[in-house]
Amino acid sequence: MLEITEGSLAVAEAVGKCRPQVIAAYPITPQTHIVEALAEMVANCEIDAEYITVESEFSALSACLGASAAGSRVYSATTSQGLALMFEVCFNCAGMRLPVVMSIVNRAMGAPLSIWNDQQDSVSLRDSGWLQLYAEDNQEATDLHYLAYKVSEDHRILLPSFVCFDGFILSHTYEPVDTISQEQADSYLPPFKPFQRLDAADPISFGLFAAPDYYTEFRYEIDQAAKRALSVIPKAGKEFAELFGRDYSGLVEGYRLEDADCALVAMGSICGTVKDAIDEMRDAGKKVGLLKIRTFRPFPSDEVKKALSGVGRVAVLDKNISLGSKGAMALEVRDALYGSQIPVYDYIIALGGRDVRKKDIARVVSLAEEGKGDLFYGLREEVLQ
Amino acid sequence: MNDEAACVLFDSGHRACGGCAAAMAARLILDAAGKDTIVVSSTGCMEVFSTPYPETAWGVPWIHSLFENNSAVASGVVASLKKQGRKEKVIALGGDGATFDIGMLCLSGAFERGHDFTYICYDNEAYMNTGIQRSGATPYDASTTTSPAGSCSFGNSRPKKDLPMILAAHGAPYVATASIAYPPDFKKKVEKAVNTPGPCYIQVHAPCCTGWGFEGEKTVAIGKLAIETGLWVNYEMENGVVTKVKKVVRKPVDDYLVGQKRFRHLFKPKRNDAEIAKIQALADRNAVKFGIDITLKK
Ligand SMILES: Cc1ncc(C[n+]2csc(CCOP(=O)(O)OP(=O)(O)O)c2C)c(N)n1
Ligand code: SF4
Ligand SMILES: [Mg+2]
Repeated sequence: MLEITEGSLAVAEAVGKCRPQVIAAYPITPQTHIVEALAEMVANCEIDAEYITVESEFSALSACLGASAAGSRVYSATTSQGLALMFEVCFNCAGMRLPVVMSIVNRAMGAPLSIWNDQQDSVSLRDSGWLQLYAEDNQEATDLHYLAYKVSEDHRILLPSFVCFDGFILSHTYEPVDTISQEQADSYLPPFKPFQRLDAADPISFGLFAAPDYYTEFRYEIDQAAKRALSVIPKAGKEFAELFGRDYSGLVEGYRLEDADCALVAMGSICGTVKDAIDEMRDAGKKVGLLKIRTFRPFPSDEVKKALSGVGRVAVLDKNISLGSKGAMALEVRDALYGSQIPVYDYIIALGGRDVRKKDIARVVSLAEEGKGDLFYGLREEVLQ
Repeated sequence: MNDEAACVLFDSGHRACGGCAAAMAARLILDAAGKDTIVVSSTGCMEVFSTPYPETAWGVPWIHSLFENNSAVASGVVASLKKQGRKEKVIALGGDGATFDIGMLCLSGAFERGHDFTYICYDNEAYMNTGIQRSGATPYDASTTTSPAGSCSFGNSRPKKDLPMILAAHGAPYVATASIAYPPDFKKKVEKAVNTPGPCYIQVHAPCCTGWGFEGEKTVAIGKLAIETGLWVNYEMENGVVTKVKKVVRKPVDDYLVGQKRFRHLFKPKRNDAEIAKIQALADRNAVKFGIDITLKK
């Protein structure tokens, strides 16, 4: 059923239909509408969950960790400073192979303080073992939650997931969203079956310490599980498409890429603007296309390589910066294309909520054509003096 | 439960120092709480000596996440069990560093929210696992590696934080202090805590031979002296009111201090009368506050 609704509310509704048994979250802009909506659903018995009103994000994820280890499906949501406060627990959830699902309503990292959007927060946790899915619009933001639970809880994976969508740009925007019914949701996402749990009837120990003779193998197994997600995500996406008609079976998605000379690579809501800009440039005779990255962790290198093999140049739009190095996505794309002659240009763009318009995308394409890249796009003049 | 069963719940094959009170505490806790218990540990000696992968000393379900989040993890475990209609007891177990210092945020949050679990702090009065650094539980004048006695220092410059009172002020229905030197009393308190709905707190004095500097076979004797000098008071609080106190015929604090290397600077090269008087004053204050003195009939 198509409904015009705010992104956060659509996400909250989808989360509710995933039937989390324990929710623990702490408010932070621009995530607040989600956790408020879920609290309301619990207060009205619309969903049957324990809602823990923790005193911090650190405790939010710690409580999720404990609840998941004890055998419940869990949910949290955060962004930016809240995610940073969870840093330690993030690595722990992945290390203990707990399928926590968390919405990340992407926001810039302070200082300086900014409540506005970029993707520095979740991208900075790329090495933590969490799967990371990025949504282009609110439909995708809602649907990816079902997918995330499905993949995370798969016994071949058992890793936590971030479902990332851009703060304000998506979270506070009203868009038509096709919501699925509870029965439909249940048919896609069965009840949580923990692989193992804290249980007096079958006592096990979670979270031991590992000496050097074992530690590496734990890391190896997490990495293997993340890589298995490269085949499990497409399957889960296909199953979703068969039931609901929307196809998330691709880890990446091409848009007018076939004969493109310049391929833009982007992630999240900016892809919408990029597609419009591409249509205009195509009308003007420019061969431009987009490769949208939906799955950033695990990084689908083979798919990226395949999709970009025929293009003349690549312009990566990074809404993050690994300070002192490059944008995180550009580093991945360059690695994927290593050995090819295709130049990859990196553009740090849309940080801290700076608006990006179609003309900016056209300008980026021109820069790539001139061979100018690896730069912060659209800097104020005064910092260059 | 008999001793044999307790052995299965906390196995003897752990790596603690000989005479470690924390290890004794673990055993006594499970002896009292029984097998239908889930333990949530913090990082520290207890965690490290009991769970070197692929071994574990725990015969009950056990989880360790981080140094400072055992109360929050326990909150999640409690909520998860409640949602599933399960009845296991949940015990969060933390060292004094995890409890008094770095985990205070999570602890306060969990107590304020009123989850049904028991928090037990095994108090060895410093960060032992990382090499005997001071914590908020380190007593006045104790020399640690971050509060060393020196030519212009008498050791730790602050008295111990009064955490039981802080948690009682959160509205905890049951708060108690105990000592591994009095096992039946400690076990009784654990039993009471796990059977009291809501968040309960027990702080058990756990002398550490390695960190305090005494022979491993003296652990219980040192624990007893802490009580007998009034430097440690065993009491119970129900709904914020002290209901039971262990009374003693008090000995001078010297008897407790002199046997421990961490206080050696107070006696060598000669007795530091002024500093020891301050410690005696702390014991005297405890005696008045809790009314622990037994006055012998002439
Ligand atoms: C966030 C964080 N900071 C510091 C440490 C290092 N660390 C591990 S255990 C510990 C001290 C533990 O002290 P306590 O809780 O009193 O337990 P004990 O070792 O004395 O039994 C410290 C400082 C850590 N693991 N995590
Ligand atoms: S250092 Fe102290 S607390 Fe740690 S194992 Fe040894 S005796 Fe026990
Ligand atoms: Mg300690």
